Amino acid sequence: MTDNRRLRTRWLGAQPIGGLFALPYLIFVIAIFAYPLGFAVYIAFHDYFFTAPGVEVDRPFVGFDNFATVLTDPRVLDALRNTLLFLVINVPLTAVFSLVLAVALNNGIRWAAAYRVAFYVPYLTASVSLVGVWMLLFSGNGLVNTILGPFAPDPSWLVNSALAMPMIALYVTWKEMGFYILLYLAALQNVPKELYESSETDGASIFTRFRHVTVPGVRNATTLVLILSIITGANLFTEPYLLTNGGGPDGASTTPALLIYQLGIQQQNPDTAAAIGIILVILVGLLSLAAQRATKER
Amino acid sequence: MKKIRSLALISATVLVATGCSAGASPAGTEQSAATGPIDIWLSNNEQELAWGKAMVDAWNADHPDEQVTAQPLPAGSTSEEAITAAITGGTAPCLVYNISPAAVSDWVKQGGLVDLSSLEGGDDYIEQRSGDVGSYAVDGRFYQLPWKSNPIVVMYNKTLFAQAGIDPEDPQMQTHEAFLEGARTLVDSGVQSAIWPKPTSEFYWAWGDFYPLYLAETDGTMLVEDGTSTFDSDAGRAVAEFWATMYDEKLAPTETSTDNPMVVGTTAMQIGGPWAIPTYAGAVDVGFMPVPTSDGREDPISFADSKGVSMFTACENQGTAWEFLKFSTSEDADGTLLELSGQMPMRTALMDTYPDYFDAHPESVYFAEQSEATRGVPSIPNSVEAWQTFRDEYSSAVIFGKGSVDDFLTNTAAKIDDLVAE
Repeated sequence: MTDNRRLRTRWLGAQPIGGLFALPYLIFVIAIFAYPLGFAVYIAFHDYFFTAPGVEVDRPFVGFDNFATVLTDPRVLDALRNTLLFLVINVPLTAVFSLVLAVALNNGIRWAAAYRVAFYVPYLTASVSLVGVWMLLFSGNGLVNTILGPFAPDPSWLVNSALAMPMIALYVTWKEMGFYILLYLAALQNVPKELYESSETDGASIFTRFRHVTVPGVRNATTLVLILSIITGANLFTEPYLLTNGGGPDGASTTPALLIYQLGIQQQNPDTAAAIGIILVILVGLLSLAAQRATKER
Repeated sequence: MKKIRSLALISATVLVATGCSAGASPAGTEQSAATGPIDIWLSNNEQELAWGKAMVDAWNADHPDEQVTAQPLPAGSTSEEAITAAITGGTAPCLVYNISPAAVSDWVKQGGLVDLSSLEGGDDYIEQRSGDVGSYAVDGRFYQLPWKSNPIVVMYNKTLFAQAGIDPEDPQMQTHEAFLEGARTLVDSGVQSAIWPKPTSEFYWAWGDFYPLYLAETDGTMLVEDGTSTFDSDAGRAVAEFWATMYDEKLAPTETSTDNPMVVGTTAMQIGGPWAIPTYAGAVDVGFMPVPTSDGREDPISFADSKGVSMFTACENQGTAWEFLKFSTSEDADGTLLELSGQMPMRTALMDTYPDYFDAHPESVYFAEQSEATRGVPSIPNSVEAWQTFRDEYSSAVIFGKGSVDDFLTNTAAKIDDLVAE
């Protein structure tokens, strides 16, 4: 092999034509993901604001100033705390309920197809319309409080600073459940039936089979469910914005994504907004790594 | 090797990003005289779209070489966000009608707005049409034409007032104390809430509850004057405590309504402008009264939810844009706006200019009179951030009762002073 060919093979692979086929997706990734991410990194390290094309302004490099600003901003710390509360409620509920429901649906219960549709419809429906339903259910004079009567919380669910974020976590758990059930249903098809049969022959109970056959059998799907639900939680915007009046009550449901929108779009501070975004990416990366390690087969 | 390739890709991306962020040359001044076709954006309001179409049709009939194309503002969470994106992307039209004055200072900073004062006869036209509108200027220059004013008043359901035993023709609720007493009477009579301002966290809702009462209490002192906040005062405290009492006694709900609460009868009062009148037509026998003050003064100053028209630097034919702006804010055009939308053009001697309209629409007289005594939002640096700060702190202390009103006023004033000074 000549030096030129070796060099070409090193950079383009043994089959350069494959790169041609991948080119459209590569362009898509660069334009939609890599470029904005790189631009965000640039913005986060500069005193930056958006201008009309052709307007020259000074945008000096400011090092970590924007990061220092956001990390000392109580709103940002509150938003991160709110997100953590969301994740603590949403992620375990998502993983447990979607696995249990997927197992039930996989075991041929009656009307399984109807249940699958019922679980999947909220996922397909626009969040904006479902939020309207939840507001009707959980507003002060909504259906739930009418049923609860004197036992209804005061202030009501969505304007109660202690309940607002848990309500959002429950809402998102319910809305996204259908997608995660599908993931688990797909994973369950790959669990060898022989394992169930032999464990049943050995006298293992249904719970023992679930614990020792099903859970290890869908480990990879669990990792995916955990990572995806962490990412969903970190990007939370629509639900707190619409369900709890733009991040209220008293900022109890403000999320980092909501702050990014306020700072970057509404208040013309894209530099600090970008810094929050980068911190969020790092935190999500770390949490996803932890989730992957926690579910890794030992 | 994989790592080196990845680093190379990231570095290239960052370099591309860096290169693309560099500015180009400023727009040429010859644009200010250029003529030709232009685009304009109107609000999505049905009545304003009808008015805009009438204006464009009339102009286009006489100006075949300077055709105007109108379209509603692109969808977005708010008009301001759509306009900000358009400025950044260089896709802003020549003129946008119905802009919020609060956003103007940020757009000036972006280099997105044409200085109307620099156009021939700019200041003269604006001041002759609209009177004393100096508070709408940024650093003494007009980057918007103050277009229309919608005075904020208290609107009430006369039927619910009568059922509660309050005289619907003269409710006698001008003072804070009398207003609270009236509100308690209404709730005791079985109305779900006495008044329902929007308790949401968006920055502009302060203009629908605290600010109108603050202007009334202070005879028109803006929240920020001469670069310093003014509301950490007895007047600010009186207004904040009034609203805190409203929420604390559950006379006003802390959550949003899923429908129009006046129309469905779940509240007896709302704070709003003349745009709401068509909403209540046939549904509510509506009465109007001024916002209350601590001493119940007659005809207090209120907030003008005013809107302006701005010209954008992306406009190539600014000569045509300026002529169309004057055409669409002329006496005839303002009369058409009044007729089609019921909103008050911001011009001097409004009632004397359109006596026929006000004879035919007595319900609008109240707003026209009130529009003589209004103030807008101050044009200050970091305006949106300042208002969001105010709303966050107000929500916490006043709507949700966390922390004292005194702390809210003092802390917020300090934060806003810092923002304005930046």
